Amino acid sequence: MRKNKLFLTLFVSLLMLSSAAWSDDAEDNYKNYCWQCHGMTGDGMGLNVQDMSVQPRDHTSAKAMGGRSDADLFKVIKEGGLAIDKSVLMPPWRNSLSDDEIHDLVKYLRKLCQCG
Amino acid sequence: MKYLFLFVALTVANAALADDGMLILQKRCVSCHEISGPAAQSVQELWQRKGPDLFYAGSKYNAEWLEKWLVKPRRIRPAGHHPIQHTQPGKKRDMVDTTTLMSHPALSPSDAEEVTEALMKLKSSAEMMGTAVFKGGSISVSFGEMVFDKFNGCMACHEIEPGYGGLSGPEVYTAAKRYQADYLVSFITDPQAWNPKTPMPNRHVSAPNIQKIVQYLQALAKENWDEKK
Repeated sequence: MRKNKLFLTLFVSLLMLSSAAWSDDAEDNYKNYCWQCHGMTGDGMGLNVQDMSVQPRDHTSAKAMGGRSDADLFKVIKEGGLAIDKSVLMPPWRNSLSDDEIHDLVKYLRKLCQCG
Repeated sequence: MKYLFLFVALTVANAALADDGMLILQKRCVSCHEISGPAAQSVQELWQRKGPDLFYAGSKYNAEWLEKWLVKPRRIRPAGHHPIQHTQPGKKRDMVDTTTLMSHPALSPSDAEEVTEALMKLKSSAEMMGTAVFKGGSISVSFGEMVFDKFNGCMACHEIEPGYGGLSGPEVYTAAKRYQADYLVSFITDPQAWNPKTPMPNRHVSAPNIQKIVQYLQALAKENWDEKK
């Protein structure tokens, strides 16, 4: 009976795993959600900038990024630009990224700017 | 009795068209399009898919538009299906490398009719569609543009007329021609229900504003920018 329960638990866990979207690494997430505005190299000169009313932040600039705490970066990625009184053009990504993925992205941004 | 016979004959003819269309889909389309599902579950898996998923095409596309487009395909996404694969850093900004963009093959009118018939039978699940529907109504292009761009920033990724707007997403000036209104409401409400890894964010637009955005897309489509190109 106990063995059966264990198998059932294992089976249900596997089912849940197979139906959930995977967690992606920070570089893949950056190249799926961020680069089109912030640039392939993170310099803020992305594919979409030509007609944007507010220019995206240069993630490679220690000056532009140094003033932002990790908590601010986490918040702006999760909740969008308006959450930190910045542009509506920066969308909230909380339905696309888990909290763990956002924390990984914050670390990735720190590598890009070599700051913090 | 006569009408019953006509109905049965039409139903049988449509089923035959759809069967033929499915054969064409399996032979010519599945190397680029997923027709059975599910959606990609990782970014890497997403990037391996060369074209949009079609396993819910019947809940997404307008059949009339689809059939015409298959005969005479034209680019809808200025930077291709996965822009990261067609972009290079430029002097002033990242630029689309047009030499890497591929054209969609054109089908004969009869093949397009059969394929459309088959695709329209591929429906989404109820979970994907959700409960929100388009309630009708209209809006001016200028007011709609405020909701679309100023309040929600959608133009950052989407062109609202040829050459004006973002390049990473599909053009939206033909969106209402291409897509069913209920699909547009559903996709804007919860893009990840359709495609967990889509680059389209859920902006948590209010339900009334989603209705206004779809009304705007319908007004924009009437400007027929695609025919002026």
